[in-house]
Amino acid sequence: MNELHLTVLLAGVVAGAAPIVLATLGETITERAGLINLSLDGSILLSAMTAFAVASETNSLMLGFLAAALVGALTAATVAVFSIYLGQSQVAVGFVLTLMTRDLAYFLGNPYARIHGPQVALHPIPFLDQAPFFGPVFFSHNLPVYLSLMLIALTWWYLYRTPLGLELRSVGEHPQAAFARGIPPQRLQMLYAICGGMLVGLAGATFSLSTKQGWGRPQGAEGTGWIALALVIFGGWNPVKAALGAYLFSFLQVLGIYLQGWLPSIPAQVFQVAPFPLMIFTLVLMHLAQKESILSWADGSSWKKTILRIFTGTAPAALGKAHRTD
Amino acid sequence: MIKFLRDLAFALTIVFVFTTLVLLLAKAPPLSAYYHIFMGALGSWSKFSHVIKAWTPLTLCACGLLFTFRIGLWNIGIEGQVMMGAVFTTAALRLGLHDDMPPLILGFSFVAGAAGGALWALLAGYLKTRGGVNEIFAGLGLNFVAQGIILWLIFGPWKRPGIASMSGTELFPQGLWLTHTSTLKLSPMGLSFVLLAVILTALLLRYTRIGLNLKAIGNNSAAAYLFGLKPDRYMLIAMLFAGGFAGLAGNIQVTGVYHRLLPAISSNYGYLALLVVMLSNYNIWAAPAVAFFFACLNTGSIQLPMMLQLDSSLSGVIQGSLVLAALAVHAWRLRTKERKETSPHE
Repeated sequence: MNELHLTVLLAGVVAGAAPIVLATLGETITERAGLINLSLDGSILLSAMTAFAVASETNSLMLGFLAAALVGALTAATVAVFSIYLGQSQVAVGFVLTLMTRDLAYFLGNPYARIHGPQVALHPIPFLDQAPFFGPVFFSHNLPVYLSLMLIALTWWYLYRTPLGLELRSVGEHPQAAFARGIPPQRLQMLYAICGGMLVGLAGATFSLSTKQGWGRPQGAEGTGWIALALVIFGGWNPVKAALGAYLFSFLQVLGIYLQGWLPSIPAQVFQVAPFPLMIFTLVLMHLAQKESILSWADGSSWKKTILRIFTGTAPAALGKAHRTD
Repeated sequence: MIKFLRDLAFALTIVFVFTTLVLLLAKAPPLSAYYHIFMGALGSWSKFSHVIKAWTPLTLCACGLLFTFRIGLWNIGIEGQVMMGAVFTTAALRLGLHDDMPPLILGFSFVAGAAGGALWALLAGYLKTRGGVNEIFAGLGLNFVAQGIILWLIFGPWKRPGIASMSGTELFPQGLWLTHTSTLKLSPMGLSFVLLAVILTALLLRYTRIGLNLKAIGNNSAAAYLFGLKPDRYMLIAMLFAGGFAGLAGNIQVTGVYHRLLPAISSNYGYLALLVVMLSNYNIWAAPAVAFFFACLNTGSIQLPMMLQLDSSLSGVIQGSLVLAALAVHAWRLRTKERKETSPHE
């Protein structure tokens, strides 16, 4: 592992990031509509277990992915129902579900631990995979990876270039105004919670059927749900920036494996937790980039403003506050 | 009171139905699973002492969390605060390995443990107040860092002579253990810590200016600021208490339970304590009772893998669904109350 092939490394980054990209896009959609689904870390595990169990029992990868999407949607719908129709705190319900779905996954997944099951096969795209550099990096993967790549563009297009996307964002920014214009905030929040949850479920399936194959306790995907939640903030609630964050995180993970080979004197544990202080560090940077003194520093210089724009992003104004029609 | 009991029965029924369905889905006999959990927790005095061993850190963490919940902070970082309490405790005890005054070192380790937890909590607090990092992410990130520190210590500087392994550092000599009563295997010191924490929390939150101000800021921090209260300072104070109690819990995990540092030293008690506080409806007198029930579930479910080849995480499923059911019943109760108030013919 001493030799570093850039294309091999980047191909690994793209493949490894696929489930994180899916989860991040799903959460971005949900939060853009004004709802926080904090249950990601557990619901990824529960859908990963479900995908593996269903795919093993039925020998159908398709059913595995569908079942995982259903599990993700159900978990997100629970958060949405408790928040929208029962008026309970989204953070509280999401946190309880994080722990509960994780334990449910460990409990129900017990018989499937450490056994061989079906895996998603590679599908290099003909001709395109022969292209220099881009071929191996982008076009020599499996279907979930292609799906993650396509969904980045699709989500961006949906949010910013369609009337439905405008409605979605208006519900997250100002539900009362949206309601006054005839858009039903509660129904849309419910809908986009479910859509986002389905993507989170697909992320789980991608873990157990492709990225970290198989099921066990621990599965190896623990913690990524929280990373995805932080990446949504890192991306300033913009799907493209959030996905870039997912690739950065995946890059750090792959780099950690290489660095371990180069610097064996540093314990492996340091590399495993490195993304978390980095996450905190970037969040602090983002906060500082919004300070008055920093903003005046960038005044009149376009490249300085561009740098700041990378680091900033504002949360949807009504994020986390349930809308009440009465 | 009747209303409360009716709500409780309703929530318990939901949980019972849900858990039974989960057990049937796992092709397990539900009744014998419940029986093994019950007997595993309260079947003998020695099992009961294990329940108390889980109850002690749970209640300590719950006391700490009451401070942070009161001011509206989501102190998810409590798990890392328990871990750092254990790390500082271990560091203090290592000083005493060649000392001839073990009780002194043990006493010093209480201070060190509480300080370690408090330090970790303050770090999250400063990230929140100065760095603009939401306390959920600051705390969570610090949890992972604390776990990394423990693993690094166990495999690096504090590794056992010979081989380093996941089973932790070397056992401390008995002089550095928290003393137990011989029959029940209970530690009077640990129990008095819990008692002290509960009373101190109740007094501070109910009868002092600190408690009042925490509540005022928690209810409306903008208004509290206009009244001359500094929300940032009180957030740090709340974090200090939460971290201190959590650090003490970490101390007892080392000095009273495992007598060494291991990777799973916090045993998820911090996360579980968040559920305890939510289920006890943020009430200091209800929290120890809920913590006891949760400790029974955790201890009893250890029987599941041995007796029925099931995973012990069933306890987490029961605990989680219990909190969700309680939230649902609570919401339903509020709604019927609202409806009564708005309708004039009642």
